[in-house]
Amino acid sequence: MNIAVLVKLVPDTEASLKISGDRRYIDKSDVNLVLNPFDEYAVEEALRLRESHGGKVVVLSLGGDEAVKALRNSLAMGADEAIHLVTPTGLDIPGTAGALAGALRDKGFDLILAGKQAVDDDCGAVGPMVAEMLDIPHISTIVKLDVDGGELTAHREIETGIEVFRTSLPALVTAQKGLNEPRYASLKGIMMAKKKPVTTIEPEAVTARTEVVQLNYPPTRPPGKIVGEGVEAVPELVRLLKEEAKVV
Amino acid sequence: MDILVYIESRGGKLRAAGLEAVSGARKLADLTGGKLNALLIGTSLDAMAGEVEGYGVDRLLLAEHPDLENYSPEGHREALLAAVQESGAKLVVMSASALGRDLGPTVAARLDAAFLPDCISVEYVEGRLTVTRPVYAGRCIMTLAATAWPAVVTLRPKAFLAAPREVAAMERLPLSVSLDGKIRARMLEFLTEAGEKLDVTEADTVVSGGRGMKGAENFQLIEELAETLGGAVGASRAVVDAEWRPHSEQVGQTGKLVSPTLYIACGISGAIQHLAGMRSSKVIVAVNKDPEAPIFKTADYGIVGDAMEVLPALTKALKELN
Repeated sequence: MNIAVLVKLVPDTEASLKISGDRRYIDKSDVNLVLNPFDEYAVEEALRLRESHGGKVVVLSLGGDEAVKALRNSLAMGADEAIHLVTPTGLDIPGTAGALAGALRDKGFDLILAGKQAVDDDCGAVGPMVAEMLDIPHISTIVKLDVDGGELTAHREIETGIEVFRTSLPALVTAQKGLNEPRYASLKGIMMAKKKPVTTIEPEAVTARTEVVQLNYPPTRPPGKIVGEGVEAVPELVRLLKEEAKVV
Repeated sequence: MDILVYIESRGGKLRAAGLEAVSGARKLADLTGGKLNALLIGTSLDAMAGEVEGYGVDRLLLAEHPDLENYSPEGHREALLAAVQESGAKLVVMSASALGRDLGPTVAARLDAAFLPDCISVEYVEGRLTVTRPVYAGRCIMTLAATAWPAVVTLRPKAFLAAPREVAAMERLPLSVSLDGKIRARMLEFLTEAGEKLDVTEADTVVSGGRGMKGAENFQLIEELAETLGGAVGASRAVVDAEWRPHSEQVGQTGKLVSPTLYIACGISGAIQHLAGMRSSKVIVAVNKDPEAPIFKTADYGIVGDAMEVLPALTKALKELN
C-alpha cells in the first residue's frame, strides 16, 4: 500500500507570537517550529498501515527551507521518502492545495493522509481540496481508521457524536486528535532520516484568490477582579454574575 | 451580487449554526444589494422550510433526495453546485461547523473559488469582500480579502446572531440534484451518547475543568454545575491527555475554540493554548488555588480557592437563584 502524508511545520502551540513589521506575517525568527500536531497523527497512522499492509510512506511538505525540518521529523519517525515543494509565488489556500495535488497526481497512492488542520492559519481546507482536485473521496477529522482490501472505514468526529463512513480507495483522510498516540523518533530513526531521499519540486506560480490585508492581536480583555477567597466569595460572585454581568 | 447560503440541518432539524449563517449571509446580501438564496438539503424538508421563514431569505431551494438524508461530502457538494448554478450566486456562505469545515473547501475546490474560512466578521465595501478570522487559535486575528470571484465563506458558530428579519415573501423552489455514482464516501451509521450531549462549541455556558480537579471522579462537580446552568462540560488539554475526559471536550488550540456567553474555568492554570481557545467568551470566571495563575489575567471574575470546595457551593447558590 502506497501512502502519502501531507505535513507542515508550525509554531509551537506554547510559543508567544510576534506580528511582523508590515503586519502581514508572524515573525518566526525566534519561534520554536514543530511538526503540526495533527500531522503527527497522520504520519503515525501511515506508519501503522505500512507495518500491517506493507508498502511505503512518502511525506510531502510545501514551504520554504523550514519545510525540510517537517520532512526530516517525519522521516525520523519512519517515513520512507520525502518531497519538498518550494513555495510558489501567489500562494493562498487553493494554491497550496493545487500545488500538492499536482505533486500527488498519477503517482499511484492508495491513501493520502493529512492533519485535520494546521495550527497556524487554522484553515483545515487543504485536505478536502486536494481530494477534490484529484477527484478522490475524502473523510475529514477522523479518530479511527480501518483499511480492508480496497476499502476503508473511518470514524469522523462531529459536534454531537461520530459519523461512521466507508469508501473505496484511493481516498484521502484527515487526522483528528484521538486517532492514535504518535511515536517519538528514535536516535536511530533520526540518524537514518539524514540518509533518506528528499526530492525538491518547484510548483508553478499561481494567481492568488485571496490576500492577507493584515494581522492584529486580539482585543485585550479589560482587567478582571478577584472576587474573594474560597467558599465565602461564592455569594458575591453569584451577585456579580446576576446583576453586573447579567449572565445567570 | 446574489448570495447562496447553505442552512445546516441534521435528522430533520435545523441546526442553530444554520440560521446564524442565514443572518450572516443576509447582512452580505444587504451590503451587496443582491438576493439571498438559501438551500436546505435532505428529506422531508417542508417543516424546516417553514422555520426558515422570517429570517430574511428571498428564495429557498429545497434539495430533496433519499441519498441526501445523511451528510456525505460528495452528495452535499452536488446539491450545492446545483444550487449555485440555479441561483447564479457568486458568493456561497455556510457555517464553519464540523459539516461546513468539510463541505466549504470541498465546494470551493470545485468552483475554483476564493476560500475564506471560519470568519468572525464579514464586510463588503466598494466591491471588495473583506473578512476577519482568528488564526493561531485566536492568538492573532487575520483580515483577509477576496481578490477573485466566486468566493466561499464559512462563519464561525456563535460569532453571528440568528436574527429574525422580514422580507416581502420567501419563494420556495424544488431543486433537482443528480447523484448518479457521485457519492463514494457514504455514512453507515451515527454513533452518539444517549440524549445527544451539548457540544462546547454550541453551548451558551461552558464549565471546564483542568488538572486542579485532581482526578476524573471529581468532574462530577463540573457536570453538576454545567447541568445547573444548562451548559456543556469542557476540559483542558492536560486532563484530556491524562484520559480523565474525552477529546471531544477539549478547549484550546488542539481542541475546540469556544465563544460562550459564560465560561467557567475550574482548576485550569491558563496555558497560552487554552486561553486561545476560550478568550472570546463574553464573561469568564476562574476558580483556582494559585492566585498567580495566568487564568486570572483573562478572567472577569476570579475566586482564589479549591475548586473542589467552591464548585458545590456555587452550584447550590445558582440552584437557589432559580
